Amino acid sequence: MNLTLNVWRQKGPDDPGRMVTYSANNISPDMSFLEMLDVVNEQLEEKGEEPIAFDHDCREGICGMCSMMINGVPHGPDRGITTCQVHMRRFNDGDTLWIEPWRATAFPVIKDLVVQRGAFDRIIQAGGYISVKTGGAPDGNAIPITKTQADKSMDAAACIGCGACVAACPNASAMLFVAAKASQFAHLPQGQPERYRRAKRMVDQMDEEGFGNCTNHYECEAACPKEISVENITLLNRDYIRANLTGVE
Amino acid sequence: MQLESNIPSGPLEDKWEKHRFDMKLVNPANKRKYTVIVVGSGLAGASASASLGELGYDVRCFCFQDSPRRAHSIAAQGGINATKNYPNDGDSVFRLFYDTIKGGDFRSREANVYRLSQVSANIIDQCVAQGVPFAREYGGHLANRSFGGAQVSRTFYARGQTGQQLLLGAYGALSRQIHAGKVKMYTRTEMLDLVLVDGHARGIVVRDLVTGKISSHAADAVVLATGGYCNVFYLSTNAMGCNVSAAFRAYKRGAGFANPCYVQIHPTCIPVSGGYQSKLTLMSESLRNDGRVWVPLKKGDTRRPSEIPESERDYYLERRYPAFGNLVPRDVASRNAKYVCDEGRGVGHEVNGERRAVYLDFRDAINRVGEKAIRDRYGNLFHMYQKITGDNPYQVPMRIYPAPHYTMGGLWVDYNLMSNVPGLHVIGEANFSDHGANRLGASALMQGLADGYFVLPYTIGNYFATKHKGKVTTDHPAFKEVEESVNGKLKKLMDIGGDRTVDSFHRALGQIMLDKCGVSRTAEGLKTALEEVAALREEFWENLKLPGGLSGMNVSLEKAGRVADFLEHAELMCHDALDRSESCGCHFREESQTEEGEAKRDDENFSFVSTWEYQGAGEEPVLHKEPLEFENVKLTTRSYK
Amino acid sequence: MDWVVKFARSSIGAKAVVALTGAGLVGFVVAHLLGNLQLFAGPEQFNNYAHGLKSLGPLLWAARLGLLGMFVLHIGMAIRLQSMNKAARPVSYQSKKAQASTLASRSMLLGGVTLLLFVLFHLAHYTLGVVDPQFLEYKTAEGWHDAYKMTVIGFQSAPVAGLYIAAMAGLAMHLGHGVSSMFQTLGLNHPRYRPLIRGIGPALAALIFLGFVSIPIAVQLGIISLQGGA
Repeated sequence: MNLTLNVWRQKGPDDPGRMVTYSANNISPDMSFLEMLDVVNEQLEEKGEEPIAFDHDCREGICGMCSMMINGVPHGPDRGITTCQVHMRRFNDGDTLWIEPWRATAFPVIKDLVVQRGAFDRIIQAGGYISVKTGGAPDGNAIPITKTQADKSMDAAACIGCGACVAACPNASAMLFVAAKASQFAHLPQGQPERYRRAKRMVDQMDEEGFGNCTNHYECEAACPKEISVENITLLNRDYIRANLTGVE
Repeated sequence: MQLESNIPSGPLEDKWEKHRFDMKLVNPANKRKYTVIVVGSGLAGASASASLGELGYDVRCFCFQDSPRRAHSIAAQGGINATKNYPNDGDSVFRLFYDTIKGGDFRSREANVYRLSQVSANIIDQCVAQGVPFAREYGGHLANRSFGGAQVSRTFYARGQTGQQLLLGAYGALSRQIHAGKVKMYTRTEMLDLVLVDGHARGIVVRDLVTGKISSHAADAVVLATGGYCNVFYLSTNAMGCNVSAAFRAYKRGAGFANPCYVQIHPTCIPVSGGYQSKLTLMSESLRNDGRVWVPLKKGDTRRPSEIPESERDYYLERRYPAFGNLVPRDVASRNAKYVCDEGRGVGHEVNGERRAVYLDFRDAINRVGEKAIRDRYGNLFHMYQKITGDNPYQVPMRIYPAPHYTMGGLWVDYNLMSNVPGLHVIGEANFSDHGANRLGASALMQGLADGYFVLPYTIGNYFATKHKGKVTTDHPAFKEVEESVNGKLKKLMDIGGDRTVDSFHRALGQIMLDKCGVSRTAEGLKTALEEVAALREEFWENLKLPGGLSGMNVSLEKAGRVADFLEHAELMCHDALDRSESCGCHFREESQTEEGEAKRDDENFSFVSTWEYQGAGEEPVLHKEPLEFENVKLTTRSYK
Repeated sequence: MDWVVKFARSSIGAKAVVALTGAGLVGFVVAHLLGNLQLFAGPEQFNNYAHGLKSLGPLLWAARLGLLGMFVLHIGMAIRLQSMNKAARPVSYQSKKAQASTLASRSMLLGGVTLLLFVLFHLAHYTLGVVDPQFLEYKTAEGWHDAYKMTVIGFQSAPVAGLYIAAMAGLAMHLGHGVSSMFQTLGLNHPRYRPLIRGIGPALAALIFLGFVSIPIAVQLGIISLQGGA
């Protein structure tokens, strides 16, 4: 396969950046998308040019590191997978691909396709956990949890923090990310004591980081590689409103 | 090099309890005066940072990823063992201890393994309290399954994402301490060297991967939680960034490296499809419950699998191991796959003139129980396989091949998880301590969290209270010296100006190692590998081509630093594999096998931990032996015939 | 009580304000529609209803002020949210494909502003008599304002009828997204009722659209005329 790539190149955080066109030739349909970029990069290196910087690590769809807009869709055209799980047989010979970094004020570009997602970490730090010290935990079976609740919690917990929801959202909102973490705990008895405090602190931090507001486009749900439901956002909205109206901490 | 294991005296089951009492404590008000550097934020690193922060220590945690949540622990799928005995099937602390010792082929320390088994139950409680959504029964209680051939159901799991959920639990605890100001987190920061002052580990030198800035950090103790070194093979199931550099730089500063040749190679991975392959994907071993492994009888048979009649197929595992068949242990399955491919009977894509894959065929299982039953059991795995390979495994046999997966070797540590360098602690996969020559399924997560939550937080205090010497700051000349050496090395890499890319060196190294220091090893092969690795390293330092510069983000430079260390570490692995002329666990020396071709352990001569001491560039490392004594278990031989 | 301000400034709080005022405005639209549909019952019924409304006195003014307040909050908050959204992504994508959002969801602000212009025209047209000052002069036998005549004459103009129909299409689009969205924003959703709540917006919007446009269409077709209703 031969492809034309339009790739965002940006030397550093302060560089304005631009799209650069490359051709990727003799690409095997069995390659993963990132392997295709590896091949292009090695050719660039051989020419003495700097390779296209992109984030990646586990290459099996779980670490949440890889992050690219491929033809205007986060993680590429297929649903429920990450960029590293896209394979080249998904494209046709002669295709032109547009490859861009996540775009959001809260995710500044560091270089090329690499963005800084520390805002997500700070949201978690603000309250995305159950405050328990190492040690004094009761027996794991001390509190029975219905399978339904455990499954709902697990559905939300599947979030890999990749940021595709922000990238896809026309408003660059982080609500799906925040909601996923908040409802993982909101569905569990262990999460109840801090439930409303958690919702409040995480949302307030999210606002502080400069993400946009959720206006219910649901692009996030469509882009999420773990197919996390926007019903989690409903729950977060409810908990946040309740936290404010009743003042429960 | 002094290797004092510091195993407490007394009966096995009382050692940890006794030791916890014997250890000196640090006054609560004084804890904040001690700074601890933790390198790595996986299960071990994150849990240790969080727990130390909670205790009141001043913690600095470093990771090279953009967030501590992305460490490779996240990719573990299967589960985590614990001796809860919830299913009432006879599990106990001693049984898990025994299984782990036996699984490790009697090459690990009894006392460490027993402690691991003792604290395993606490881990589950801790994680449940953190909100880890473990699978539940309808009654609301925790679900268990049997895993990796264990005869009891002691494995807890959260769908196929147990590693992810446990890591996110630890990451939550870490985040809480970051918010409380007890842990300072440094992301996209890579440790490039260890700083020793008066023989004690007192800090690290790091590179900021965004700006390229080199800086020093001083502390009262350094904890390495930097994972394993499977990526020495270039292709492995490890994440792309996993590397040996932190551990290896510590080794070069005097820490002993133990059992580097122990590498677990997982038999059911998706094979290489071309020279561009960057990484291998693991598929659950459970597939071997229903799949039959075969290759064509004839060499170079390139017919499609459906065209090969039954009489021309070799179900080699069933043929050689009639009792266990396709369910032989990981190392046996891996080794046999290599042999049939070496014979030229491999299948699948031709890469570098070889076909390295075997079939895992579900045809008979589908005929027996129906496609629906198979879909219910393995639907998601089949889906994943199809996504990656483009083949439909309901119709065409899967192709599998072994891939390096986990390294049991690591920096030598004593019972306190401290290396022979005072103050340098090593936890998780980065140390050598608990798995011997082979790791049991669902034990890696257990060990990482045991070290981080329940062992290190106690033992590090003992170091502070007993051996620690005064304060140092980064103004100490030792820091300047190490910084200069780090800068010098980076500059040297940038200045080579050759014309071969770093990936090309890494691929070449992987090829040598996989071929000669992989599933099956010979003295001759290892000697050749030593020569080849040395030659490759020489070429690396003469002919490496690196784009970009020292400042700002330079992905190629990051890789080059890691590959430079792998090129030295590979040699260490080969030395170790060559020296250990017995077969044990995952280490199979063709010279040491029974008449039936099974691994033959040599307890008389090799019942020890091989610990290697660095002797300087180009010098052969020196071997130190820590004898292994077994007082509570009887040494037995595995048999799968 | 500074928490109220803080809450209203937060992203979810601001949206809750938009949702609640939106709910109020939807209520108004529905009431308005029910009133208008009385045109079909003939001049007497409709003028009675119109006169009844006018006779409410201070209550009418309270309602008007309430409506005005809701409009101001609804629009003000929406504009503030939108400007924050713009700031959240200063550099846009060269290529971006919509996967789940709809024309309705993406044009809430534009649609809203268009509706505002329409509302101003509508007030000028029928309430203030700016378009045709004679409108306010029509009297019934009782000496009340002949709202029936005014409306029918107004809609006998094809361009005016067309404009109203187009505006109602815009309103339908706005409500199609807005009503379901309101439930989501206020946290009133549940997996079991998701299809219901996703459906309620478009369904209500369709009903409102059909109700409103039935009037200009009926006038244009002569079903409603100065002589009386159907």
